[in-house]
Amino acid sequence: MVDEVRAALEAAGAERADAVDHGALGVHVDARVPAGALRKAVEVLRGWEFLIEDVVGVDAAPEMMVVYHFNHVGGGCRVRLRVLTDRESPEVPTIQDIFPGANWHEREQHDFYGVMFAGHPDLSPLILPEDAGDLRPLRKKDKRLKSLGDVLPAFAPPEAGGEDA
Amino acid sequence: MIPRPDPSQETLVLNMGPQHPSTHGVLRVVLRLDGEYVLEAHPVIGYGHRMHELMGEVRTSSGFYANVGRMDYGGALSFGHGHVLAVEKLAGIEVPPRAEYIRVITTEMNRIASHLLWFGAFLLDLGAFTPILYSFDDREFILDLLEHVTGARLTFSYHRIGGVARDLDDKFIEGTRVFLRRMRERLDVYDKLVTGNVIFRKRAEGVGVIDKDTVLKYGATGPVARGSGLAYDIRRVEPYSVYPDLEFEIPTATEGDSFARYRVRLAEIEQCLRIVEQALDRLPDGPVQAKVPKKVKLGPGDAYQAVEAARGELDYYLVGDGSDVPYRMKIRPPSFSNLSLLGEVCQGVLLSDLVTIMGSLDLVIPEIDR
Repeated sequence: MVDEVRAALEAAGAERADAVDHGALGVHVDARVPAGALRKAVEVLRGWEFLIEDVVGVDAAPEMMVVYHFNHVGGGCRVRLRVLTDRESPEVPTIQDIFPGANWHEREQHDFYGVMFAGHPDLSPLILPEDAGDLRPLRKKDKRLKSLGDVLPAFAPPEAGGEDA
Repeated sequence: MIPRPDPSQETLVLNMGPQHPSTHGVLRVVLRLDGEYVLEAHPVIGYGHRMHELMGEVRTSSGFYANVGRMDYGGALSFGHGHVLAVEKLAGIEVPPRAEYIRVITTEMNRIASHLLWFGAFLLDLGAFTPILYSFDDREFILDLLEHVTGARLTFSYHRIGGVARDLDDKFIEGTRVFLRRMRERLDVYDKLVTGNVIFRKRAEGVGVIDKDTVLKYGATGPVARGSGLAYDIRRVEPYSVYPDLEFEIPTATEGDSFARYRVRLAEIEQCLRIVEQALDRLPDGPVQAKVPKKVKLGPGDAYQAVEAARGELDYYLVGDGSDVPYRMKIRPPSFSNLSLLGEVCQGVLLSDLVTIMGSLDLVIPEIDR
């Protein structure tokens, strides 16, 4: 199952889809997907009895990351898709027409980080009040902001000595 | 989009909540009605938002732990269990087996208490007053036992990173065995009192049918998924803690209606009793707390931990930066996804059936809002 999903994700345009240790990390497949290929990768999962878990933003420098989690109903295959996007004006395509459950998750991340989900029909505040405006409470202040390679060694640029995961 | 009044049509826009008794918390549902029929249902959430995720990113893990029980007041121990498991996973801490068994015993007792709360409240929503008196009587029994060992009745804060706060004593174990015998008899009483009742059956059967595909599309979990024929229970599909050593079944029903979800939850109470009984029999000796460094350093890296809470799958996603404060903490509460399908399921139902459907989803609003 894991290998089939990895192959299908790579065929759909994922940069890489690694099988990782579920006991230590909690997922079976960890994939990096360019924003342009996200919808295709999610459509692959939609065809396989996957259910959507959540959409998570992670604020970091120089790029922020949007993480999608899916789980297979039979177990044994939890999938994580990571999409990198520009920190100043983050934008990724919506997947709420493929998984309608993503509608609320995307609105929530729009509330917290200001991520634009292109094609989403209604990005009005879901959890924050209507007049929250540009509050973006989970954006890291300069003092707390870390580079993505520091928190996730797999994303460290090679010349900085990060290991290639 | 929130429905707005439209004078050109003969429809009515009605606010249900945020203080409506059947929304069980501050949930508002904006409805567009045609007579008594619901054309559109649009849940509005966030009234109880406390930004727990941000608090999780500025406090140490043990400092944040007290927050997790405040999200789901019905099943606080599952939320605590998931949190400590996630932290232990990322920090690489081994937990003594006795502590893990104690966590399972108390979590399952809490799950029964949560289902009893739902049982009473759901039937109260449908106009049946008597069942809540029975179920709260039994729930009190559990809360007294849990209070004896944890020191609290709802927000237990019982786990510690690497173990639990206090060992079980004989009084708890004896009391729990008495409860197991008593609850099995009481389940028959519940069955006789409610399950065959004509009025209840007419109000629950065929109401709020959720098919398998809707469950997948919206990521609904717990008794909602299992009532639609998916045997999806994290304790079995992605085993954690000591659940692989214990024998129990995953009750399912295929109809997907409110009555199916009712049956699944009652059957689950029975399985919880089995789990508690086995765990008490096998309870190993030993310490209940591992040696843990003063500063529990997380990462760098990320970890995902899923557990089965009373209402469905609860996930913690932790990103650590090598310090003792998480860089990112995401909590995926089960009711959030379970509620998100309400708009789709409620099209064309009677207003009174909307109350049944919301009751059968077993919503806890503070965990949705976080």
